[in-house]
Amino acid sequence: MQNTPNMPNRVSFTEEMRKDYTILVPNMLPVQLGLICKIMANYGYKMELLDSEGPAIVEQGLRNVHNDTCYPALLVIGQLMDAIESGKYDTHKIALIMPQTGGGCRASNYIHLLRKALEKNGYGYIPVISLNFSGLEDNPGFKITGKMMIQVAYGLMIGDLIMMVANQCRPYEVVPGSTDKAIEICVRTVAGRFTAGRLIHYSEVKALFRFVLDAFAKLKLDHASPKKKVGIVGEIYVKFSPLGNNNLEKFLLSEGAEPVLPGLLDFCLYCIYNSVIDAELYGRSTKKAMGYKMAYQFVLKKQDDMIKIIRQHGKFRPPMGFDKVRRMSNDIIGPGVKMGEGWLLPAEMIELISEGVKNIVCTQPFGCLPNHIAGKGMMRKIREHYPDANIVAVDYDPGASKINQENRIKLMLSSAE
Amino acid sequence: MSIFLGIDIGSTTVKLVAVRAGEIIYKRYERHFSKVREKACDMLRDARGIISGEPLRVAITGSAGLGVAKASGIDFVQEVFATRKAVGKFVPEADVVIELGGEDAKIVFLSGQLEERMNGSCAGGTGAFIDQMAVLLDVTPAQIDEMSQKAERIYTIASRCGVFAKSDIQPLLNEGARREDVAASIFQAVVNQTLTGLAQGREIKGDVLFLGGPLFFFKGLQKRFQLTLGLDDSHAHFPELAPFAIAAGAAQYAGDSTSREYGFNELLDILEKTAGETVIAQTLRPLFVSREEYEAFRARHNAHDVMTENVTVYEGDAYLGIDCGSTTTKMVLIGEDNQLLYHHYASNKGNPADVIREQLLKLRELCGGRVHIVSSAVTGYGEALIQNAFGVDHGLVETVAHFKAARHFCPDVDFIIDIGGQDIKCFKIRNNCIDNISLNEACSSGCGSFIETFARSMGYSIEEFCKLGLFSTGPIDLGSRCTVFMNSSVKQAQKDGAGIDAISAGLSVSVVKNALYKVIRAHSPDDLGQHIVVQGGTFLNDAILRSFEQEIGREVTRPAISGLMGAYGAALHAKANVPAETGLLSAHELLGFAHTVKSVRCGLCTNHCNLTINDFSGGRRFISGNRCERPLGKGEQQKLPDLYTWKLERMKSYGAPSEHAEGKTRIGIPFGLNFFEMLPFWHTFLTKLGFEVVLSDVSTRDLYMKGQHSIPSDTVCYPAKLMHGHIENLLAKGVDAIFYPCMTYNLDEGRASNCYNCPVVAYYPELLEANVAALKGFDFMMPYFELTDHKQFAKQAAKFFCKKYPRIKKSQVAVAAEDAYAALNDYYEEVREEGRKAIQYADTHGLEIAVIVGRPYHIDPEINHGINQLIQSYGMVIVSEDAVWQLAKAPEVHVLNQWTYHSRMYGAAEYVTHKENAQLIQLVSFGCGIDAITTDEVRAIVEGGGKIYTQLKIDEINNLGAAKIRIRSMLAAVEEGRKLAKHA
Repeated sequence: MQNTPNMPNRVSFTEEMRKDYTILVPNMLPVQLGLICKIMANYGYKMELLDSEGPAIVEQGLRNVHNDTCYPALLVIGQLMDAIESGKYDTHKIALIMPQTGGGCRASNYIHLLRKALEKNGYGYIPVISLNFSGLEDNPGFKITGKMMIQVAYGLMIGDLIMMVANQCRPYEVVPGSTDKAIEICVRTVAGRFTAGRLIHYSEVKALFRFVLDAFAKLKLDHASPKKKVGIVGEIYVKFSPLGNNNLEKFLLSEGAEPVLPGLLDFCLYCIYNSVIDAELYGRSTKKAMGYKMAYQFVLKKQDDMIKIIRQHGKFRPPMGFDKVRRMSNDIIGPGVKMGEGWLLPAEMIELISEGVKNIVCTQPFGCLPNHIAGKGMMRKIREHYPDANIVAVDYDPGASKINQENRIKLMLSSAE
Repeated sequence: MSIFLGIDIGSTTVKLVAVRAGEIIYKRYERHFSKVREKACDMLRDARGIISGEPLRVAITGSAGLGVAKASGIDFVQEVFATRKAVGKFVPEADVVIELGGEDAKIVFLSGQLEERMNGSCAGGTGAFIDQMAVLLDVTPAQIDEMSQKAERIYTIASRCGVFAKSDIQPLLNEGARREDVAASIFQAVVNQTLTGLAQGREIKGDVLFLGGPLFFFKGLQKRFQLTLGLDDSHAHFPELAPFAIAAGAAQYAGDSTSREYGFNELLDILEKTAGETVIAQTLRPLFVSREEYEAFRARHNAHDVMTENVTVYEGDAYLGIDCGSTTTKMVLIGEDNQLLYHHYASNKGNPADVIREQLLKLRELCGGRVHIVSSAVTGYGEALIQNAFGVDHGLVETVAHFKAARHFCPDVDFIIDIGGQDIKCFKIRNNCIDNISLNEACSSGCGSFIETFARSMGYSIEEFCKLGLFSTGPIDLGSRCTVFMNSSVKQAQKDGAGIDAISAGLSVSVVKNALYKVIRAHSPDDLGQHIVVQGGTFLNDAILRSFEQEIGREVTRPAISGLMGAYGAALHAKANVPAETGLLSAHELLGFAHTVKSVRCGLCTNHCNLTINDFSGGRRFISGNRCERPLGKGEQQKLPDLYTWKLERMKSYGAPSEHAEGKTRIGIPFGLNFFEMLPFWHTFLTKLGFEVVLSDVSTRDLYMKGQHSIPSDTVCYPAKLMHGHIENLLAKGVDAIFYPCMTYNLDEGRASNCYNCPVVAYYPELLEANVAALKGFDFMMPYFELTDHKQFAKQAAKFFCKKYPRIKKSQVAVAAEDAYAALNDYYEEVREEGRKAIQYADTHGLEIAVIVGRPYHIDPEINHGINQLIQSYGMVIVSEDAVWQLAKAPEVHVLNQWTYHSRMYGAAEYVTHKENAQLIQLVSFGCGIDAITTDEVRAIVEGGGKIYTQLKIDEINNLGAAKIRIRSMLAAVEEGRKLAKHA
C-alpha cells in the first residue's frame, strides 16, 4: 500500500512521549481490552481503558462529528473528547489510540474525524496513534513487534474465553453477582501473570485457560429452568459495547434469555484471512499473503487447543473452530465481501444457528454501509438455508429510542424456542 | 366462569376488549391524548357494569403498554404475538395480516414460513402520519378519506417516512394540485411504505386480513391497498374487529396463558395506583426558573421593534412584500421610511392564492386613494405562482429576502437562522454577501410544523403548547433527529408518565438542537457568528427562542416581526427596485380574479413531468412541475453544453441492438451503479468474447417499482435500490444470463491511498443474488474482479470465462481485455475532451460553469431528477467531476482518501477554486455514508479557495424545490460578490 500523498502533517507519538504519556483507549470490550492494556504495560506503555458512560458522551459526539457518520464513530470520539475535557488528565501528557483496519468501510476514517475534532477544540497537539496492521500510519514511539503481537493474541484469547464462559454462567448464577466476581478474579490473576516484565509461554497460556474454566466451574448455577439462548452478532462496536447497544446483554438477561457472543478473535482472524483472499481472487500481493496465511494458521492452531481444553474440561460449550465457520459461510456469501464485518457476519450467524442458538439479534449502526449487504442483505438467504433461524435486525443511533429496539427484540423472543 | 380482558395501549389510542366463552362481550376504542394510564383506568371504569361480576384474567399489550404492565405487575404480551392470537381465533383463513396502528406497521405471514415484521426505526408511523397530513391539508382525517374517493390521479409521494412525504406534498399544494388527488396520493404513500418497508420481497397473496384503526376507518386506504395488491373483495378482509383485534388477541392470551385472576375492584385499584406514578429518565435544565427571569427575557427582546404607522392614516407611496411560505402566507406594506403600514400572517390552508386575493382586496380597500402601491415583490415557496397570479413586479429567492430584512435590524448581522413551518434555513453573511447556506434536508425537518402537528394532535394551538413548557421543571430529553425518531421518544416519555409541560419544553429543545447540530452542525457559538438574527414564525414562541439562547449560550436578536421577515425583506427589495408602472392587480381585477388548476403529464420528452397548469383570469397561465423550458412554449431554447446529458447519451449508445447477434448467448448488464462508467469496458470485453450484450432500460420510476419488493434494507441509497428494477427488467427481456461482477477495488488513478469502491457498489451483486427470487436457478454471473493490473485481470477473467465457456480460449480473453481497457481509455479521453469544449464555450460566451461533483451513476435521470436541466435553466454550462479532476493538482485532504470515485471530487473541488467562472455543486444521495466524510472535505477545499459550496441532496423524492433555493441563492451570492468586487 502506498503512503497517502496528500495528508497534512500529523502529530506523531514520539519515543520521548512513551516515557510519561498516558494513552487513552476508547472502550468496546472491558475484559479483552482491559487485559491487553495491562500486557502493553510490559512494553512500557501506560494505557488507560476508559470506563465512562452517560449522555455526555453522545453529546460530545454529536457536537464533534458529522451527524450522518456512523454511530460508533460518534461514541468513540465522544468518549475520548469527554475524557479530555473531564479535567482528569494533563492534556499535554496524553495520547489517544484508535484502531484502523484500512478496509473499504468508512470506519477507517474515524481517526481522521477524531483529529478534526481535536483540532476544532484546540487540542491539535494531542497525538493520535493509529492501531493498524496494514502500514497506514506509523509512530516512532509506538511499534508493535512480533513478540508483542503474540502476547496480545494470547491475552485476547484468554479474554474471549472469560467472556464466553461468563455468559454461560450469568443467567443461571444462584448468587447474584458471583459471575462478575469470577471475571474480576480471572482478569486479576491473568493480568498478574502477564505483567512484571516477563514474557509468557504458551504452556502457561494453556494453564490459564484451565484456570479460567475452573474458576467459573466453581460458581453455583441453577439450570432448572431452561433459558432461551440469543446470539448477538453485527457491527463490531455496537455488538460488543454496552454504550453502543443500550445494554443489550443486560436487557436480554432481564428477559430471561442467555446472551451468546462470538469472540473478538473471530474478527482478527477475519481481517488476517482477507489478505489471503485478496491474493486468491485478484493475485494481489501474493508474498504478503503467505505471511498472513501462516499467521492465520498459527492462531487457528491455538484456538483449536483452546477448544480441546474446553471440551476436556467438559463443563462449558466451546466455540466452533474458526476455519469451519469460514468455510460454512461460503454457501451464503462470497469470500470477497471484506468491508466492515463482511462475510464474517453471516458466518457468525451460521455458527450460532448450527450450534443450536437459533435466535439472533443482528446489531448495526443506523445506515451501516457494509451491513446493508452482509447483514440485512443475507437474512433472507440464511432463513432459506436454515428455516428455523429467528433473526431480528436492530439499528442503533443517537436518536433511536430504546423502546423501539426493545419491542423488536421482544417480538423476536416471543417466537423464540 | 371468568372473563378474559385484553387492554391494548398504543401510541395514540387505548383499546379494551372483554371476552366471555369465546364471545366478545365488550369493546372500546379511544384516543388517550398521551394520558395513557388515566385513560386506561377510565375505560375500565366504564366497563364496570358489564364485567364487574366475574373474576378477570387480564393481559396488556401495545407499544405504550409495557410500562403500565411493568408498573402494575399485570401480564404483558408482545403485540404481534397478540395479533397472531386474534387471527387464529377470529379469522383463521388469513394467509397474511397487515396491521397499521398509530405509529407502528406490522405484517405477519401466516401460511408458508411464519414471519412477523414490524416497521424499522426509520419508517414513519402510519396512523399518526395520516393525522399529520390532515393537519397539513387543514381537514380532519375523516375528510381526507372522503376527499380521496374523488381522486382522479395519483402523485408520486415519497413513501419512506412521514417527513419525506410531507416535503413532497407541500409543493404540490402550493402549486395548486387538486386536494382530492393529494389525499389519495397520501394513502398510496402509506401503501407503498407498507409494501416496501415490511413485505421486503415476500409476495402478499391469498387471503389478506387488514387490521388496526386506520385500515378500518379509511375506506380510501382500503381501496389503495386492494388496487395495489390486486386483491378482489373475497380475498381482502376488513373485519369489524379491525381496530380491536390486538386487544382481542391479548384477551385470548389472558385466557390461554395466565392464571392470575383479579376481582374488578382489585384490578381497578392496581391500575389507579400505577396511574399516579411517574418515572422520568433524563431531564434537561428548565427554560426559566422564575417568572422574573422570563419577564426580563421578554423585555430584552421587545426592544427590537419596528416603527409602525396605520395604513388608514398614511399618505403617499407604499411598497408591498409577500412571503408565500410552505404553510403560511405573510404580507407587509411599508412606507417611505420603511415603517410598517400593514401586515398579515395567516395559514394558507393549502391554497395560498385564495388567501392572498382576499388580503389584497382588503388592502386595496384600506389604501383607498391615499396610499399608492408603486412596487411589489414576492418570495418563498409559492413565489412563481403568486407572481404570475397577481402580477407582482419582482420575485426573489427567500434567502436574499431574509438577508435584506435582517440587515435592516442588525446592520452587522453575520448569521441568520430562520425556522419556519417546514424549513430551517440559515446562512452566514460574509463581505455583505450570503455565504454558506444550510437548509434542512428532508430527513431532519423537526421544525415548526412538527410542533404544530403535535400540538394540534394534543388539542392545543402551537402557541399554547409552547407556553406550557416555559416553566417546566424538567424538560424531557427527546434527542435531535428526525420527526419519526422524536415521535418514538415522545411515546417513550408518555409511557414513562411525563407531563405535557415536560414534553412541550423537550420538543422546543429538540427543534433547536436539530437546527444547531443537524442542519448548521455548529460546534460553538463562534461557528455561528457574533451578531445572530433569529427569525421565522417558530421563533415567535418564547420557549424555542429561549432554548436557542440556552443552547448556544449567547444572546441573539429576534425582531418583533420575526414571523414577517421574508415579507419585510421583499418589501424592502420592492422599494429599492421601483418599476415604471406596477403590474399588481387592481381592486377591480382582483374582484374578477379566477383561478383554475389542472394537471397533465408532459409528453415533450422522456422525463414525463407531472405538470400543474394554473389558469388565471385575463388569460395568464402558470405552469409548474416542469424541469425544463419546453412545456412553457417558449420554443427550443439554445442548448448549453451539458456533460451530464452527453455522458448519459454516450452510455445509452451501448444499449443499441448489436448486429450479427443471431445464435449468440445474450448477456444482460444492469444499467446502474458503476456500470455508468464501466460500460465501455464490459461491453467491449463481452462483445469481443462473442456474446451479445443486452443493456437494461434507463431507470424510471416504474422500473424502480418493479423491483422494489426485493429490497431488504430500506435505508440503503436510491441508486442501489434501483438495481432491483434493472434485474427484473433484464429478466423480462429474456436474456440468457446476467453479468454483474463484484468489485472491491476500482481503478487506481494514483490520487488516493487505495482505490476502493464503496461497500454498496462493491458487493451489491451479492445482495441481489440473495434477495431477488427470480435469480434462483438463473445464470447470474458475479465473479470478483479487479482491474488495476491488466495482466492479473486477464488471468483471473480467463479462469472464469474459459472454465464456464469451453469455446473461449485464454488468448482470446487477453485480447478482449486489452480492447476493453482501450475502450475505457477512449471514453475517459472523450469525457475530458467534452469537458474542455464545454469550458471553452462558457469562457467565450461569458457563462458560469457548474461543476457537478458526484458519482458516475448520478447522471441517471431517475437519480438526479433532472437537476442538470434545472441548473442549466439558470444559464450555466454543466461539467462533471470526471472531466476536470485531473486539471488541478491533488489538494490536501484531512481524511483517509481511499475511494476512487470520491478522490476525484477533491480534485474537481480544487479545480473550481482556480477557475473564476466555475461554481461547485455537490450531489449527495441520501443514505450515502461515505459522503458524510467527503462533503466536509469538499466544502473545506472550496471555501478555502474563496468559493461558495453548494450541496444538493437527492433521493427518490422528485422535488426540486430545495435545489432551486440553493442554486438561486448561490447565483445571487456570486452576483452580489462580483458587484462588491467591482466597487472595491
